[in-house]
Amino acid sequence: MANASDNRPLSPHLQVYRWPLNMAMSIFHRITGVGLAVTAILVTWYFLALATGPEYFETASAVLTSWFGDIVMFLSLVALWFHFMNGIRHLVWDTGSSFGQRRVYRSGIAAIVAAVVMTIITVIVA
Amino acid sequence: MVQLTLPKNSKIRTGKTWPKPEGATNVRKFMIYRWTPDDGENPRVDTYFLDMDTCGPMVLDALIKIKNEIDPTLTFRRSCREGICGSCAMNIDGQNTLACIFGMDEIKGDVKIYPLPHMPVVKDLVPDLTHFYAQHASIMPWLETKTNAPAKEWKQSIEDRKKLDGLYECVMCASCSASCPSYWWNADRYLGPAALLHAYRWIIDSRDEATG
Repeated sequence: MANASDNRPLSPHLQVYRWPLNMAMSIFHRITGVGLAVTAILVTWYFLALATGPEYFETASAVLTSWFGDIVMFLSLVALWFHFMNGIRHLVWDTGSSFGQRRVYRSGIAAIVAAVVMTIITVIVA
Repeated sequence: MVQLTLPKNSKIRTGKTWPKPEGATNVRKFMIYRWTPDDGENPRVDTYFLDMDTCGPMVLDALIKIKNEIDPTLTFRRSCREGICGSCAMNIDGQNTLACIFGMDEIKGDVKIYPLPHMPVVKDLVPDLTHFYAQHASIMPWLETKTNAPAKEWKQSIEDRKKLDGLYECVMCASCSASCPSYWWNADRYLGPAALLHAYRWIIDSRDEATG
């Protein structure tokens, strides 16, 4: 019994926890943030290519407008709007307002709906 | 350090399926985490069936019925059976709650029961809360005063007393801390929501004079 506590198993966590909305939005805010940093590098590369010369720009443009580039850019667009809308929630929370389970849940739904709507609008306009 | 998977000795295997009650028409399936320090085996999930027509409405009623009628080795903490002691905190249907006040009608499908997440398991549904309690003790959760004690009692205005509402009710069941991913992976450096709530409960108390 002296070593009983040494081999105690760790109870399951991510494996069994049902994700509440807030948990999902929190982690996706971070994931989209990291993703958008990568997108920012891509866009910077695009501008650098533009400044370098027409031939290099052709190459960069071909990469970013290929089917793979389209997927990356579309996901970036979704990430941008999600991160933007959820970021507004974070700014409001920073003022010490709109906490409490019901309000946080509602603003979460609102942010997702707003992100979807803005993504659709952007795709139609662009 | 963040480890998303379970360590080797904690991986869950499929356990025993216990026989269904005979002649019952309203049967419900329970899948319950089991681990005993006695056999050197990995944790497993056992399957039980209960006749809901002869079972109380709460998850704790089901656990007690299983222990009484099917498998007396099933181990869990319980005491008050009315949500005031916090002993029966566990992960039910994917969320941390008290088994005694969580109705089985709130659960769709099979009832899945695990111990509080990311804790060392003592046995079955009993987690080792030593570290959690030590963190609570570390914030010195008691009234600290510098002025001399009054003849009768420390008085407090109704307004100041109201500031403790929503704080003093915490029964230290550990459900909140054990549902927090930051606490799962950084409990060695992060006190967690329960201990921090108790710290605030004493900081905001008008009678406490050790507020820093």
